[in-house]
Parts: sequence; structure tokens; C-alpha cells
Amino acid sequence: MSILGTRVLRTEDPKFLTTGGVYTEDVVDERLGGAYHVTFVRSPIAHARITSVDVSAALEAPGVVAVITGADLAELPAIPPAAAGLINPAMEQRLLATDKVRYVGDAVAAVVTEHPYQGEDAVELVQVDYDPLPAVLGYDPEDSSLLFEAAGTNVGGYWGDPSQLKADLFDGCEVVVSHTIVNQRVAPAPMETRAAAAVWADNGRLTAWIPNQGAQGTKAEMATRLGVEASQIRIITPDVGGAFGAKFGADPEHVVVAWIARHLGRPARWTETRYENLIAMTHGRAQQHTVTIGGSRDGNVQAYRLEIVQDAGAYPRIGAVLPMLTILMTTGPYDIPKAEAIAKVVVTNTTPIGAYRGAGRPEATAALERAIDLFATEIGVDPADVRRKNLLAPFTEPHRTAFGALYDTGDYVVALDKALAAADYPALRKEQAERRASGSVRQLGIGVASYVEITGMGDGEGTPPEENATVEVHPDGTATILTGTSPHGQGHATAWAMLASDELGIPVEKITLKWGDTDLIPEGGGTGGSRSLQQGGAAVQQAAQELVEVAKQRAAAELEASAADLVFDKTRSAFNVAGDPEASVPLTQLAENERLVIRTVFSQPGATFPFGTHVAVTEVDTETGKVTLQRVITVDDAGVVLNPLLAEGQRHGGIGQGAAQAFLEEVVYDADGNPLTASFADYPIVSATEVPSYELADMATPTSYNPLGAKGIGEAGSIGSTPAVQNSVIDAVAHLGVRHIDMPVSSRRVWEAIRAARQEHGPRAGSEHS
Amino acid sequence: MTRIELTVNDEKRSDDVEPRLLLVHYLRDVLGLRAANVGCDTTSCGACTVLLDGKSVKSCTVLAVQAAGHEVVTAEGLSSGGQLHPVQAAFRQEHGLQCGFCTPGMVMAAVGLLSENPHPTEEQVRTGLEGNLCRCTGYHNIVRAVLAAADASSGGGDQPGRNPASAEVTA
Repeated sequence: MSILGTRVLRTEDPKFLTTGGVYTEDVVDERLGGAYHVTFVRSPIAHARITSVDVSAALEAPGVVAVITGADLAELPAIPPAAAGLINPAMEQRLLATDKVRYVGDAVAAVVTEHPYQGEDAVELVQVDYDPLPAVLGYDPEDSSLLFEAAGTNVGGYWGDPSQLKADLFDGCEVVVSHTIVNQRVAPAPMETRAAAAVWADNGRLTAWIPNQGAQGTKAEMATRLGVEASQIRIITPDVGGAFGAKFGADPEHVVVAWIARHLGRPARWTETRYENLIAMTHGRAQQHTVTIGGSRDGNVQAYRLEIVQDAGAYPRIGAVLPMLTILMTTGPYDIPKAEAIAKVVVTNTTPIGAYRGAGRPEATAALERAIDLFATEIGVDPADVRRKNLLAPFTEPHRTAFGALYDTGDYVVALDKALAAADYPALRKEQAERRASGSVRQLGIGVASYVEITGMGDGEGTPPEENATVEVHPDGTATILTGTSPHGQGHATAWAMLASDELGIPVEKITLKWGDTDLIPEGGGTGGSRSLQQGGAAVQQAAQELVEVAKQRAAAELEASAADLVFDKTRSAFNVAGDPEASVPLTQLAENERLVIRTVFSQPGATFPFGTHVAVTEVDTETGKVTLQRVITVDDAGVVLNPLLAEGQRHGGIGQGAAQAFLEEVVYDADGNPLTASFADYPIVSATEVPSYELADMATPTSYNPLGAKGIGEAGSIGSTPAVQNSVIDAVAHLGVRHIDMPVSSRRVWEAIRAARQEHGPRAGSEHS
Repeated sequence: MTRIELTVNDEKRSDDVEPRLLLVHYLRDVLGLRAANVGCDTTSCGACTVLLDGKSVKSCTVLAVQAAGHEVVTAEGLSSGGQLHPVQAAFRQEHGLQCGFCTPGMVMAAVGLLSENPHPTEEQVRTGLEGNLCRCTGYHNIVRAVLAAADASSGGGDQPGRNPASAEVTA
């Protein structure tokens, strides 16, 4: 019986549970002996000119070896904005700020010390004089204060042409509803902060240990920033303590640490504090949406417009590109005859925006699912019915949307109905009606969100997504897999071993996975965008199959038989002549004669589109606004599941993070651009007490794009749960006249919305409604 | 420098330390016990949780000198003879860990919780682990693991002690 589809426990776990993972800060390596420690001096002001940097006092402090400023790095090229063709090219970043600082946390200098505690002391002694400038904040920043004078504007650029929006888009609609919604800025906050350890060998070659999501991409970016050949760099990926999209590539700090190691001729290490992590690691989301939705009174959605403003933060990084994905997924799982979307990218004096679990797609879903609910409330039709009426019919041949997305397979109505059934939706609505009728202080809210998302995208137009894998069988009966993916919690060591085991008949625990060392694995796309299983896993399976074919030829020679007469007996991991089990040769023997190793590349026709529906149930105290998340019920169809244990774990984690955005988490700045959420004491990161156990219903519609039938599952949870939870809270108080509350739908916001609605509709609006 | 003597994972230790050295840094940098991690600056995340005289504490908020004369147990000292402690085994069985960074601290917090309350309800588990943050699991399987460990320990006595028989460490 195949091991595929079974709940194999993780082979990674014993180490993590006992001695712990070996994260970058834990790395003990003789090459790093005597390493200096780097501590960054960061701007305490959101927007200012740097008038002087005086390092003399710091240099006198105990243990200080050097203090590096932007002037020292003048030889290194500036970092251009992401999507330089579309984003104003003047919006570039220096590795250390030189003329200006543009957000609280912008690195100005780096103190190098013998020991880490000395660095903490010495950064206080670096005297930076700032000439403060007005902070630029919000989604409609004026140009009276410019982040980049050379750009002449705080608008980075546009995705789509605002002048092309159609004035008549909503002609013929009986009902049109519009609302401006904020998809707030949140912190990825992986439990392991950023870190680096770097050393240059005598031959001028850099070895750097960096927590990342794809060592090959980190190497490429490091090479560009340092201005050295990529061949001169080796990135090693230790265990990585979570990433959530925020550990791709090489950040400026990583590059500075590597530069310092070369400059001083000694290895250098850096581990950021949580304070630094919350102000200087990229944030996520930060989009404002103006949604307009129109349709008929009986619930047919006929037109939809999504106008996005992306706050890219101080420097346009990947966050400036993510609106492209939001636009791509504008109409989600629905059949909407007319739709259009555009995005404006602005820069502000805040932490740069990067990818965060879902990266552009949760924003599309949140906007659309809020719009659907606004429309349903306006016409007085159950929001689940409005969804059912407008979801695309099932399809098995790819479906092209008006925005160019090519959905591979989908069965959206079934996903909706399964989720509603698992939640017992009619019973929930009945209980809600009873509570409304009784005027209970504790009102029940039911939120529904249907979604489709995109996983495993390629690099761009015409580039099929692909990944490589190498499988080797050793004479001792073990096997090694090299992968271009980069696990940081997903369980690839177990999952990829399952795939190889299934082909080779070698037990999972005898198969070792290696990743993230660019000398060993020069190419690879890393792990992100929920791509790993469908491409990296498929490559492992393909490599193992090719290995068996190669081995078969060798076995034929060994057994002096025709390859066509050989069968592979997986129970013994050996070939034998059909009908003659005695005439056999095991893979181990073939490996002894000659290395038995195959490298292959799996190429996928395109991205895949997982889908599902989430239902959230919340209780809202109408006197205090307190929100209690009671249930989250989800259907997440990501095709065929390789290991349900791992897939469920991915769903749980996504659901938790998505729900946290809906009602808890937000990065907050004051009017001067000072971050108010720069520690875990202030940033309301979700804890075990704020979420329930999740209820998962299964559905698996295979994709034909890979032999596993698998789509991505890493981000789906965070895409469906956010709008489901938000919708549920608003639904709980909708009968009081509340139509919308921005995320996070915190107690205060709910209380204020109830109060505002009561002032508008009268104090007894609620009890009269039901 | 101050001389401290203490017991860590059943071994007597004696070291000269800076008075301001945190217990977590003593464990990690002086003793090389790196299971406990530093995940925040504010005693919020619990990644550094260890047992001090049997009670779970955040070792980022204890000075090494304060641990002098006391007994410290870390995740490294929980398992023995290649056997996972029942709480560790339950975390594996229930897939209560992903990236692993919070895991040693989470496990120690769970051991501390179960020693105080051997049969917690789900709500008590959630409240008991409120000071330990995990960004990967959504807490679902962590809660399952702690409840499963409580169930498992009820068969062989209520004390989730140091070295009971359990699942093998290897796969």
C-alpha cells in the first residue's frame, strides 16, 4: 500500500523537541571562530535629514572594534525600487542611510564589537544629528513633504491606468454599493528574528549563514548588493524559525554584515532584537480598497470595481509589486460580467512593505468578500445565497478570467455548501435570530468567505514554474534528496522522503533531505507562494522514478536479462526477473557498483488555484464591543493531499494568522510616524487564548498540472479566514445598523460602530429589526 | 564576575558570570544548551522557557546569578536514553510544532502546566500557555498535544516527571 496520503509523523521533530533546531544564532562552526558582533544604530525619527554622524564616543567604548556608517559603504550600489520599470526609479535605498532617514528603524550605522552586550551599550554612544521633516503617512499622502526629492512625488507608480476606468461600469445595476476599506498593516513576526553570520575565506569567497526562504535567491541578491560574482558566495541555510514571506532574498542588514566581515577580515554575526524585528523587518498588507459592487435586487452581481492604494512604506520593495497579484485575483471565485481594478503605490515614512502569508491575494479576497456582504446586506439576501448565485460553475478545463488568471480546476459551490453544512449554517442563523429577538447583550455573528487563490506562480510571463531535485541511493540502503525548496516548518524532510520512499521502497527514516546550501544546490526557487509540494515535491517524485529507470538498465546488465522482463519490487527495493524472485539485484548493490544518482527538473504548465470557503462564528458583546471568536469552519481544497497531518498544520497556522489580522493585529504609528507596536507587549500577536480549535472539512479536487494532483496549501488558511472573521463580527451587529468595521475589528472599534449606528438609527434599532 | 553554582539537567555547574548575564544566555552561550531560544525583549514570547526548581520560568527574565543554588531543567534534559518525554512525544504525535523555534519553550511550559494541573480542560491549556507564542501552528495542535499528554500520563500516574518511558526518539 502506498505511503502517499497517510499521516506520517515528522522525522524532523525529535531534534526540535530535544536539543532544539540549529537556527542561525545557534550555528557553531570553526570558520566563525572569533566572530565580531554587529549592532545597528537605527533612526528614532520617521523623517529627517542626517546632518552629522559622530562615532568617536562609541569607538572609545569597551569592546568596540569599528563603527560603520553610510559613508563607508559609498562604493556599494544603491538598492533600486522593486519593479523599477513601473515604480519611480529615484526611490532607491542605501544600505545604511546617508542623507536622510525615512522611517523609524532606518539603519544609520553599524557598531562592531567583540561581544553582543558591548554592542547594545555602544549604539547609545553614536551621536546622529537629525533635522526633522514632516512625516508622510496614510493612503493619500500629499507631496508637500517628499521622501525622495529626486522623485518629485510620493506616488511610486500605478498598476493599471486610472484614466481607463469606465464611467458606465455600473449602468444597468439596480443596486450599487461602495465603501472604502483598509486592509491594515501587520507584522509577519516570525518567532526567529532575522540574523546573519558571515565569513570570507582567503580565496575571497563569502560563506554566509542566513535564515531565508530560498538560498539561491538570497545568494543572487547578496551578490548584486555587494557587487561581487554570485560564484563568490555560498549561502547556507540553518533551521529557519518561521518566515511567512518576509525572509526572501537578502535584506540590507545581511549585506552590511557580510561587508563588515570582509572589511575587517574577521567573521561577523548579527541577530536582531524583537524591537528591531517589529520596526525593520518588512511589514505586510497595508492596502486601502475602495470597492464598488453592483447588481440586481435578487442577488446577481453584475459589476465590480476595486481601486487599491498600496502603502509601500519608506522604500518600494516587493510590497510595491503585490497589488499586481491583488488585481489578478480581483473577481475571485465569482462570475462577474464586468470588473476592473487599478492600484496606486505610495511611499510613506513607515517600515517597507514586503510579502506576508498570501502576499496580495488575501487583500483581493478581503475586499471582494466584504463587497459581497455589503451587497447582500443592501438587498436583504442571505450572504451565503448571494455567493452561491454568483460562484463560477464547476470546471475541469482551465478557466481564463478577465484579469488574465488561468484557473486550473475548481468546484466552488460544493466548497461553499460543504463548509455551510459542516458549520450547520441554518442552525446558526436560527440561533442568531433568537438572540436578536431576545435583545441579548451577546449577539452571534456568522461570517462566510469564499476564495480562490494562486499558488506556484512562475517568475513571469511565459516562464513555466519549475523546481529541481536530486535523488541518490547509497550502498548502505539510505538515500539522500537535494531540493531547491527551503522548508522552515512545512515538513519537507518528511514529505519529500515519503515521495522518494514510495518510488524506491526505502523507508522514510532512511532518507535524508538537504536544502539551502548553494554550493550543494546551486539552483532552486525556495519556498514561498505555496509552491513547494506541487513543484519541488513533484520533482522529487520524478527524480526517484527516473532513478528507478536508470537502475533498471543497470539491473538488466547485472542479471543478464532484458530490462523489459524486470520488475521493481518495492518491498525489497530490488529488481527481479518477472516470475523469478530469486534472480534479483537490490538498488544498494547497483549503487555499490556505480553512484546511483539522478538530478531532474520538474516543470509545471502554470500556476494552480486552490479554493474553498471559510465560515466564522463570533460572539459580540453589544455593551462592551468584546469579540469572542467561537468557531472557524473551513473547506480548503488544495487538490490531492500528500500528508494530511502536514496539510492540516498548514491550514491551522494560516487560519490562526488570518483570524488574527481580522480582529487583533495591527502595526500602529502615531501622527509623527513613531511606531506604537514595537514589542510583543504592544503588538497584539495572537495567543492560544484568543482562537478556538478549528474545524476542518475535507475536499480534494485534483489539478492536472502535476502528477501529484496537488495545489498549494501554505497560504489558503490566511486568505479565507480574515474576511470570514471580519464578516462575522459585522454580521453580529448588522441588525443594529452597522454596515462595516475596518480591521482589526477590535472591541473598541466594534463599540464605536455600535454607538455610531445607534445614534443614527435610534437606540432600539436592533430589537425592531428581527 | 560572580561565581555561581547550580544544577542544570542533573549536572552540577560552577561558573564565573557577569552579574547582568541572563539565565538564557548562560544556558546558551556558557553551557552550549541552545534549545531555549530568545524570541523577544519583553518576556512576552516564552521561547526561552525552562524549569527552575520544577516550575516553568522565562529564562530571559532570570539573571544567571538568581539561578545560583537552584535546579534548572531545559528541553535537552527532559528526554533521556533516546526516549522522548511524554509531552515531547505528544507534540510529535499531534504535529504540535512546525518551525520549532517556540517548541522547546512551549514544551517546558506544558510540562510546568501539567505538573500543576495534570488534567486540564482545553480552556485551561489555552490559558496556561498564553505566555508562549507560536506563529506557525495557530495553536490547534499544541493544545491537542498537551491534552493528549495529559491523557497519556493519567494511565501511568499523574506526575509528568522527568524520565518516564515513552516513544522512541527516532522515527
